[in-house]
This record gives sequence, C-alpha cells and structure tokens, in this order.
Amino acid sequence: MPKRTDLEKILLLGSGPIIIGQGAEFDYSGTQAVKALKEEGYQVVLVNSNPATIMTDPEVADRTYVEPVTPEWVALVIEKERPDALLPTMGGQTALNVAMALHEDGTLAKYGVELIGASERAIRMAEDRKEFGAAMTRIGLQVPPGEVATSRDEALEVVANTGYPAIIRPSFTLGGTGGGIAYNREEFTTLIDRALDLSPTRSVLIERSVLGWKEFELEVMRDGEDNVVIVCSIENLDPMGVHTGDSITVAPAMTLTDREYQKMRDAAIAIIREVGVAAGGCNIQFAVDPENGEMLVIEMNPRVSRSSALASKATGFPIARIGAKLAVGYALHELPNDITKQTPASFEPVLDYVVVKCPRFAFEKFPAADRTLTTQMKSVGESMAIGRTFKEAWQKGLRALEIDRSGWTIGTAKDDGLPSEELEDLLHALHTPCAERVFQIKRAMMAGIPDSEIHRITAIDPWFLSQFRELVDAEETFRAAPEIDYTLLRRMKRMGFSDDQLAGLRGVTEEDMRRQRWEMNLHPCYKVVDTCAGEFPSATPYLYSSYDDENESEAFGDRGVVILGSGPNRIGQGVEFDYCCVRAGLGLRALGYRTIMINSNPETVSTDFDISDKLYFEPLTFEDVLEIVRFEQPKGVIVQLGGQTPLKLAKKLEEAGIPILGTSPDAIDIAEDRRRFEELARRLGVAQPPSGTVTEVDDAVIVAERVGYPVLVRPSYVLGGRAMEIVYDEPSLRDYFRNAVSVSPHHPVLIDSFLEDAFEADVDALCDGKECIIGGVMQHIEDAGVHSGDSACVLPPYLIDDKHVEQMRRHTREFAKALGVVGLINVQYAIKDGVVYVLEVNPRSSRTVPFVSKATGVPLAKLAAAVMVGHTLEQLGVVDETPAPYVAVKEAVFPFTKLPGVDTLLGPEMLSTGEVMGIADSFGMAFAKAQSGASAELPLSGAVFVSVNDSDKHTVTPIVRRFHEMGFRILATSGTARHLTAKGIPAEPVKKVSEGRPHVADLILSGEVHLLINTPLGKLTQQDDYVLRRTALQHGIPYTTTISAASAACDAILARRSRKGTVRCLQSWYESRPEANRWTTSGVDLFSTVPQSSAK
Amino acid sequence: MSAGTTGEIVFTTNLTGYQEVFTDPSYLGQIVVMTAPMIGNYGVNPEDVESRSGKPHVSGVLVRELSRAHSNWRASGGLDDWLAENGIPIIEDLDTRKITRHIRSEGAMRAVIGLGAQPDDEARGKLDASPRMAGQDLASAVTIDHERTVGNSQASHHIVAYDFGMKENILRILQSMDCRVTVVPAQTSATRVRELNPDGLFLSNGPGDPSAVEYVLDPIRELAGSGLPTFGICLGHQLLALAFGAETEKLPYGHRGGNHPVLDLSTGRVLITSQNHGFAVRGTSKGVPGAKELEVTHLNLNDHTVEGLRHRDLPFFGVQYHPEASPGPHDARSHFAEFLQTLDSKQVSS
Repeated sequence: MPKRTDLEKILLLGSGPIIIGQGAEFDYSGTQAVKALKEEGYQVVLVNSNPATIMTDPEVADRTYVEPVTPEWVALVIEKERPDALLPTMGGQTALNVAMALHEDGTLAKYGVELIGASERAIRMAEDRKEFGAAMTRIGLQVPPGEVATSRDEALEVVANTGYPAIIRPSFTLGGTGGGIAYNREEFTTLIDRALDLSPTRSVLIERSVLGWKEFELEVMRDGEDNVVIVCSIENLDPMGVHTGDSITVAPAMTLTDREYQKMRDAAIAIIREVGVAAGGCNIQFAVDPENGEMLVIEMNPRVSRSSALASKATGFPIARIGAKLAVGYALHELPNDITKQTPASFEPVLDYVVVKCPRFAFEKFPAADRTLTTQMKSVGESMAIGRTFKEAWQKGLRALEIDRSGWTIGTAKDDGLPSEELEDLLHALHTPCAERVFQIKRAMMAGIPDSEIHRITAIDPWFLSQFRELVDAEETFRAAPEIDYTLLRRMKRMGFSDDQLAGLRGVTEEDMRRQRWEMNLHPCYKVVDTCAGEFPSATPYLYSSYDDENESEAFGDRGVVILGSGPNRIGQGVEFDYCCVRAGLGLRALGYRTIMINSNPETVSTDFDISDKLYFEPLTFEDVLEIVRFEQPKGVIVQLGGQTPLKLAKKLEEAGIPILGTSPDAIDIAEDRRRFEELARRLGVAQPPSGTVTEVDDAVIVAERVGYPVLVRPSYVLGGRAMEIVYDEPSLRDYFRNAVSVSPHHPVLIDSFLEDAFEADVDALCDGKECIIGGVMQHIEDAGVHSGDSACVLPPYLIDDKHVEQMRRHTREFAKALGVVGLINVQYAIKDGVVYVLEVNPRSSRTVPFVSKATGVPLAKLAAAVMVGHTLEQLGVVDETPAPYVAVKEAVFPFTKLPGVDTLLGPEMLSTGEVMGIADSFGMAFAKAQSGASAELPLSGAVFVSVNDSDKHTVTPIVRRFHEMGFRILATSGTARHLTAKGIPAEPVKKVSEGRPHVADLILSGEVHLLINTPLGKLTQQDDYVLRRTALQHGIPYTTTISAASAACDAILARRSRKGTVRCLQSWYESRPEANRWTTSGVDLFSTVPQSSAK
Repeated sequence: MSAGTTGEIVFTTNLTGYQEVFTDPSYLGQIVVMTAPMIGNYGVNPEDVESRSGKPHVSGVLVRELSRAHSNWRASGGLDDWLAENGIPIIEDLDTRKITRHIRSEGAMRAVIGLGAQPDDEARGKLDASPRMAGQDLASAVTIDHERTVGNSQASHHIVAYDFGMKENILRILQSMDCRVTVVPAQTSATRVRELNPDGLFLSNGPGDPSAVEYVLDPIRELAGSGLPTFGICLGHQLLALAFGAETEKLPYGHRGGNHPVLDLSTGRVLITSQNHGFAVRGTSKGVPGAKELEVTHLNLNDHTVEGLRHRDLPFFGVQYHPEASPGPHDARSHFAEFLQTLDSKQVSS
C-alpha cells in the first residue's frame, strides 16, 4: 500500500529527558521519524521536553512543543493542534505510557486521534506480563515459568512455586527499573515492595531464573501487508541476569547454528504477528539453554529501543525511519534500502564485519551505589565498534569507552574492581557481574586459570572465552618476540591492538610504536557498512577501519572538514554535545563543505549515516583519529563541539601538524591552565575567588587557610565536576587528598575559596576572533556549590541586577577577544555582595548551548561552525540576544531511582543524566513545566514538610509563609517548627527519623507529605537527612535541597493554582524575537545537503 | 608448491549455516567465499548436512577468519578438522570483502587454490585448463546411482524425486509431511517413472548449467505435460521451464545467501528466501519468452529476475529459491504444502 492520504497532521512524542534506560537513542529515532514523515508531506507536531535534542530544533518538526511529555500536557497539545494521528513508538516507554493514558482517559477518542505504529491492544499485550505470557502460550512458545502478582502476599505465593533465585520484573517500566534478582526471601520482599511501587499498574512478574542461559535479541519489522523482516540478531556476551543495556553485546549472533537461528527467527515472526504490531518494529529477547538449546521468550518491546538504534547503526538499516514510513501505510518493498538506493527495504541485512557494543557506567560518581550488574539497567552510555573480526571489534569497543584503557587491558586491582592482587579475591569477584568483569577475566587468564573454569564461574560462552584466550596468547608472543617485523605487527593490528597496547607490551612509548608501524607503511584501511556484505554497490559512505587489504574510502581532501564527536554518553558529557556536532555538521554542509563525522556512540544523531557526507564509526582515541585525518587530509578538524573527548586530542593533533579549526589549542590551554587563566583574568580586571594550585597536601592546607574555608577542591582538567568537593575544615581536606584524588606534579589540585550563598550565572557567546555576540545569560536557581550541570537555570536571569548582567556580558566579550576565540565560549560567574566573580571560562561549546538555542531560536552551534571556517559574525548577520516576553527554565534530571543506596543531595560533582526545559510567559509557570517534565510534579495542595539548617531558617520563613497562605499544611522538625511558629506560621512538629516513631518517613509512607524542603543539617544528622530524601524519592514525593529551589517551587505552585496551563510551540514563541526569526522562518530544510547561499 | 583445486569462485552472504552450504551438492565445482567473517564458531555436527553422504561438496572455501575453537551443544567437532578430513582446502585470513567486491564487479569466474605467495605456471595452467561453469552438466556427477526410497510405505503420498544434487532437507520435509519418496537418478526415463506410479513428481536442485542437462527435458515434458503434479526447486525449476520452451541465462554473479526478497505476484507479499543459483530463467513479470503457457508467479525484488513459474493449465510449478531453506529463512516453506495440495485435488478429481 502506498502512503495514507487520509492523514495530514501527525503528532509525535519524544522521550523527554535522558535518564538511565532511556537515552539519546530516542533523539536519533525520533529525528529520523520526523524527517521521514515530513518527506512524505505530513505536518509533524512534536512534543518533547528535552532541549538538548536535535528533534526539538525548530527546523525539524513543523510545530515543536517543548512541553512535558505527560498525559496532561500532551492532551493540551492535542486540544490545540487537533492532529489526525499519534505515533507513540519513537519516544521510548515514556511515549508509549502517555499514549496509553490518553487512550484510556478518552482524550484520543474525543479528538479523533488515531494511534499509528502500534495499536493500544498490541502495546498492552506486549507490556502486560500476564497477557504476553498467555499470547506466547497460544503460539506454542515458552516464557520462563512465572506469574504476575499485584501485592506482596500474592508475590510470596508465586515465588513459593517458582523458587529462588527469582527474577522480578515490574510491568510498564523502562530499562528494567525496579527489577532485580532475589536470592532469598528477605531480598525478595524488599525488591517486591519497590517493584510494586514503581510499576504504574502495580503489577510485577515473578519468574523462574534462567541465570547463565545465553541471551539473544532480534530486531523485527512488520508492514501493514504482513511482511516481516529481521533486521539484526544480537548476542549478549553477558549471559542472562545482566540487563541487556548493561551487557556487552555482539552483532550478528556469533554462536548460533542456522537451525537454532531460524527457530528463533520463526518465533520472532510468530510473536510480532500474535502481538499484532501492524506497522512498525519491535525488539524481542530470547534465552537459550546452553546445555540443550531450549529457547524461552523473555520479552518484547513494541517500539524502537536502544537495541533498535544499535541495530540500525550495526547494519545500516534505519529502523526508525522505515518504521515511521510503515506507520503511514507503506509496505517494506515500496521503500528503498537507504544505503544501496537500488534494492528495496524488504530484505534482511547481512554483515561482513562484527559489531561490539560496550556499556559505559558512572559508578565513580556514586560511590555508595551497588555496583553489581543485574536486571535493572545502570549504565549511562555506550560505545559501539566495528571490526572485521570479533577480536578487532572487541578491542576497539573497549578503547572507545574512554575509560583510560587502550583496549582490553588490565589496570590496577582497584581499577579492575578488586580488593587486592590476590588470586582468591579475583576468583571470588568473578562470580558477580560488574562493570570490570571482562578485565577480571583477562587477569584470570593471565594467572593461568583455564577457560573451562572461567566458563563455570561466569557462564560466558566458551567461544567468547576462546577469542579472549587468543588475545592473551598473542600478547605473550608479541612480548617475547626477538624483533618486530611487518608480519607480526600486522597480525597484532588485525586483532585490534592499539599502538598504546603494543607499546606497553614492548616497553616502548606509543609514539615509538607508531613510528615503527608507519615506517612499515602499515595503516588501517576503511571498509563500508553497506547492509549487503558487498553484494550491491553502496551509495552511502558509512565507514569503519580495519587492518585489511582493500580501502574503500576516497579522501575528501581540503574540501573536507572533520568533526570529532563526543564518544559514549556519560554524566557531564551527554547528548548536548552531540547536538552541537550535528548542528555544526549540517551547517557546514549547507555552506558547501563536505563533512566527516568521527564518533563511536551508537545512540546519537551524529552517527546517523546521512547526517554527514561521510561517517567514520571509530573510537575517538588519538591513534584512530590520526589515521583517519592522515588519510583524509581535510581542511581541518573541529574539536570544540564534542566536549572533553575531542578537546583532549586538540594539542596532540596540532603537534602532528593537523589544522585545528576555530579557537586555538593554546587558547583552550590558557583557559584550562589555572595559572595562565588567573593571569588573564587579572589583566582584564575580572575578580576571581581567591585560589591556589597545589601538588601536595601540605601546600593545600596552607592555601586553604590563606583563602579561607569553605574551599572548593578539584583536580585540574576535569569534566562534570569529577571529584569536586566543598571542604569545610582541615581534617576533611586531608581526607579528600587521601581518598578522592591522586595528586602529583602532573596532576595538580585546584583550591578555590567557595562563595557561599552567591548567585551563579552562565553566559554562552559566539566569537569570530574579533567580534563577540552574547547567545544567552542564564541564572542558576540552585546556589553556588551545586554543579552548573545539576542546577536548574533560567533565561533570562530573574534575580540578578541588570548592571551585573551587563557586566557579565562585557566580561564575556573581553575574555573571548583576549583568548582569540573563534567559535563558542562559555563563562561561569558568581555574584556575591555586589561583586561579579569569574569562576571559569570554557572556550568551547558548553552543555547549555542547546538550551540557549532553544530558548532564543538562534542556532549557536551552526553559526559557530560557519565562524570556524572563516565567516564573520557580520557576514552571518548575528546579533546579541534581545529581551523577549517569555522565560525558559532548564531543570536537571537525576538517576537516583536507578541506583539504590545513593544520596540525592546535590553538590559540586555533577550527577544528572539529562535535562528538560519549561517555557512560559512567567517564571513560575516555566519552572512548573520544567518540574513536570522532570517527573517531579509539584503538589497544588496538601502538606509541606520543612527541615532546614539554622542558617536557612531566616530565608525559608517567607517561603513557608506563602505555602501557608496557599492553604498548605506545614509540618516541620521541632527546631524549624518552633522558629516558624514564632514567626506566626502554624507548623506542626514532626519527629526526625532518629527521634522515634511515628517519624517523618512514616508520614511520607502513609502519603501525608506532598513536598519536602530539606537543606543539609550538618554531619550529625546526615543519616536522618539521607533516609528522608531516599524515602521521598522512592515514593515520588518532590523535594528541594536548597532554599532557592524551594522558593522557585513556591512560585511554580502559585502559578499553577492561579491559572490553567497553556502550551505554545517554539515557532510561535520566536515570533517575538527578531534575531530568532531570521533562522527559523527561512524555510530552510535542516537536512538538505544542497549548499544554501551563505549569509549576505 | 603445487596447485590444487580449481572451480568457479562465488560468494554467499549467509550469516549462519556454513555446514549446510559446504554440504549442499549445488555447490559442486565451486570455491565459496563466505562474506560472514567469522566461520567455524559453532563447529560441525552430524545433523546440519545437506548431502546424502554428509560430506562437503564445495571445491574450496575462503574465509576472513576460521575459528579454531567452537562452542555448541550439538557440535561433534571443529570445522577445520572436518574440512581437512574431507580434503577440502580452506584459506583463512583473506580480505574476503575485497574478493566479493571483485566478483560483484567482474562476475563469477574460474579460480585456482594453490600454495605459495604468487600463482606459478602450474597453477595458471590448471586454471586455464579448468572448465567454465556455463555448459557444464554437473547434475549427472552428483545424482544417485540407484533408486532409493525413503519414508513410510503407508504414507499418504508417493513422490518420485529426480535427484540432480538434492538437498537432504527436501527429503526430511517431504517425509515429515507424510510422503514416501522414491529418489531416482537424473537419467531416469519417463517410462520408469510411470512404472513407479507416483502421485507427484519432484525436480530437485543441483549444480551446473541447466541448459547442459538436456537428457532430462523430454521426460519432464512428458510427465509434467501429462498432468502429473510437479514441483521443481532451483535447477529443477529451471529444467521445468526449459522443458516447456523457456531459456536460461547465466547471472553475472548469481544469488547466494539467505536474505533475498521475492515478491509473490499473486498476493503482493514478500518472502525472504534462501538462494543459491548462478543461472536463471529468462523473463519478466509479464512472462517468459518462448513459453507462453508459463506464468511468472514470483520475482526477485533486488534484480527483478524470475523466481517462480506456474503452468497456466497444468498442475506444475517451480521456484528458483529454496523453500527447504537449510540454511536460510523458512518464509517459503508453504510451497511444499501447496505441492501436496495439488496432489490431493488431483486424487480427489481422478
């Protein structure tokens, strides 16, 4: 069937903020879907609260609503836009759940909105564990024995039959949230209570454990004419028991015979038909008993997913794009294969390479978190690598993780998650899956433990272990070889070893090893990912490196511009940077440059093969980048958009004679090097908090006394506030040096006076080396001391004097010009007692660039790219941000529910995984929207619990008074209650957790508290506070840990109580901004590859 | 050094099923490049074989990486040992993608496998002396010597199957569908087939150039033309077409793999099929030149070659792809049931 003509306007839901289990892959999928629908002439209305996405750029959809992806707000959009259809399968579990809620409350029926892509029935059958099990039985397939329970008692009855270990899977949650493995009754009851709380339907599946079985996934697509194709098979290296998002996975499946694979394929086709996904894709997971091949169906997701994004990148088959076209009526064979262009999409990709995906974790940020890998996902990002063999892809995948390993290499015992170097500890550790397990396996192999024993302990398939063993043996041969000749070195390179690894084996430097290799003229060649294993010519240059014979890439030469991406997502370096890379790339294409993207992150838009003129799916290490640049001989390399990953390479690339486009590496160094920066700030007359740089602890004590406690301490060259702390006294300072950092002359530690209770602000600007324009000034809502990435912020500032705003704009211009910035610059300021201090200058793209771009409508990253290749701001016609009659608030989103045991208190170390934006005509409403978008829905009535430290009692009083005046019941700890009552606010005293029961946590449990205002009370009550915050978190009670956030929450509640929420799309907000209109109303197709005339 | 094996070099894109590929008699006289880079991972077993003997039929194998270790609960040994025992040369560590791209652009060609860094005169001599695939009757080289019967003597259907290099899975499927099958040599006469009194006739797959298997065209024409329900797969399909006036042609580099989309022209549905052929029946969706009675039922969506034919009046049909799969997807398996249905309706009407 060709496309439907009875639809005109289609509503697409994004997935909201990036959280563990729902990441950048939905920006990739959603962006593809919007593009695909617009190509077909449909009007696309988009709702997504996440400003750090490409899909929310105003040029992508026709109407872009940066509003919370919740039933309430989406209903308002539907009421306003009256779409014909809703496509709910591109925005993860969030979009599916919202679509189901709108179906159930009758909104869809009321406005005549049709669900396309997946029906309500299919969604329910796939998501409801009981219905799914019944469906599988109907088609003769097996699921693990288990039953659904809706209460703890029922659950205990079920587990009596299924036994321990038991797998717990809540219905309708994402990333396995709330799931787990219980080995005994005690663990079981704890997990069941949590799982019931987290399931929106309070239903939980309890299953017999198939721990240790092999785990596979198939990506399946079906069109309206019942044609079905399998896009990709994926094998998990980690057996059942570890969430697939946390598993190392391999595509295609490595250890299935054709007979077993076809059995799985037949099952997958039967499942998609039975569940009734009529036009779209799904992911199906299977477990296979390694002893006898018995196959069980684990689950199915009737939507695009992290795995489908991976499968799309692994095969070149764009699942989301094709899925969107199927949803509007096309059949698979009516659509072209986007890579070959000549053959149809109704085929199954074949690979002549191996793909390895490795998860990236953030446990270093959450020392209290349980590091065991289980059925609840804990990773925050992933790398993907392509090699001609498993071994090559394996080593590339691990070095692409950017975890200070240049391949499959071991570190110190601590690095490898071990308490000591003892063999006993190693063997003990191997029993428990953790992030470092594959490195522990290498240690075991090197210690002579046989593969059979490692298999017995880990249940990892012997084939994978044999591959590892080959690497261990090859290292030994290489280490012991009398000399290195071409044959030997080529053999090692073909196994994926990096120069750094090889250098380590020979005791030489990486540079020596590379020189030796280059002298032998041994370089990688570049192969094409073409969906068809070479059977048909490919029109799309999607490439990966391999030490093989034939090179298929053609160098662009000086028409080419290389953009270095940001690698795996991690806390502190997320989708925002990918956004910048993509916008820059599209901008350069429009100017007629040929763009070359290098990145290793399969979740992102930047690794979509049609975003750039050429995509190299490669690790972002110096070696891998250098080889590409050596081959391409581009005009230059852009390093300032992808965060720290490319920045770290800037100097070495420059030293290797490669042109760096934009701001010079030396200018970047001035900003990063504390001493050089202090000198610059002094010269420009900008105040800085007193500070010092030290290389040993005794100096630190002296510096801290000089600048005065509290002090902010951190290692130099860090990202996302890694190991950054506020220290209040000398013993804590000494503790910090003992536990938190390794300090040396090469790794100095910075000590700054901490400006307590200061306002903080961020300024993003664009400079062409001579002129500088201000993109936006944002005020942080949290006080100084909370990492800027974790703090809510507002544009324009709402509590900072105009003169200080003006001063910050002036300073920013001065810094940009003094540093010779060509491109983006971000400056952070603190304002205390009327003095504007500069905290840091980052002459590169910042985390806030996408937010500012969405708030103002000015595509900063795109303009930055134009500037970097030589355009001036004047030519581009860019002007300063102008005042506008609306407010945009950014709020951070945290992974606390996914990481049991972690405190939710914010500090200088960044902990958030994502962000949302609220945009409205008042601060209160914008903040309210941001809270809704961040799943921290504020109460409009009820009880507020207040517990603040002495210094906050004064400032919290007027806030509490406003809550009281709005009719909220005020509960408080005895001290706070006394203070409030004395100020004329009736406050009911409530016991702290340590004061006996019933205490405040009991009240939270019984639903009597609706908002928590809790500022840290000091060391003595740390445990109390912690319990309080965790309890609130677990029960979904919003809480604020700073006075300013409490005040903002109060404004927001007032706004929501006084009027109905309204929605408005970005395109409409921008009408009031002349500088935005210029970019958004030009009718330019963002994804056009045809050069547009550059600015006048 | 000495040159060994010669053959036509072809590539297959099957991701799984190397043992089925190597034992498929249709690969006789061919050196197969596996585009899937990791071969041998799950070893070999006695079940996943497509030749009667269980032995490989390929002349040689080229891979990117041969796995020395294997892991699978059904494995009885490693691929390397098994190939060695059967005297089949395998070259590993090759840029198989480069070779595949070469075949794609230059067409399937003759090749020689020998030892040494460069081909020597002996190897060149052998290569030059080796026969071209076009014009070769290889079916007679792999067909059985004597009739054999498999299946239950009480089975509902009796099928006579011409063996041109039949894959074992065809027999397994027919047996599982309650058929007794008498497998006959390629040279069997129509008279002999009539003596066997079958309910239906099956024409198997097999290697070589269909136009060189002339001796079988008369029997086929006679038997299928008499109204005996007939089903042909791959070479069998081509022979059926030739017997009724169609022509075959050599494809540039053939179709070999498990992912080829085929459009069923009657339903508009797409089948993902297992394929292994270097020749095809000449024709388009509109029909087959020289054979007006034949209707094109299936088309390849990649290159629009003929994938299925049916007689407009008589109960016979053929498909170019492999509904028996093994290796490959099972989408087309229903052709066997379709064949048996024509038998049933024939039995009812007679």
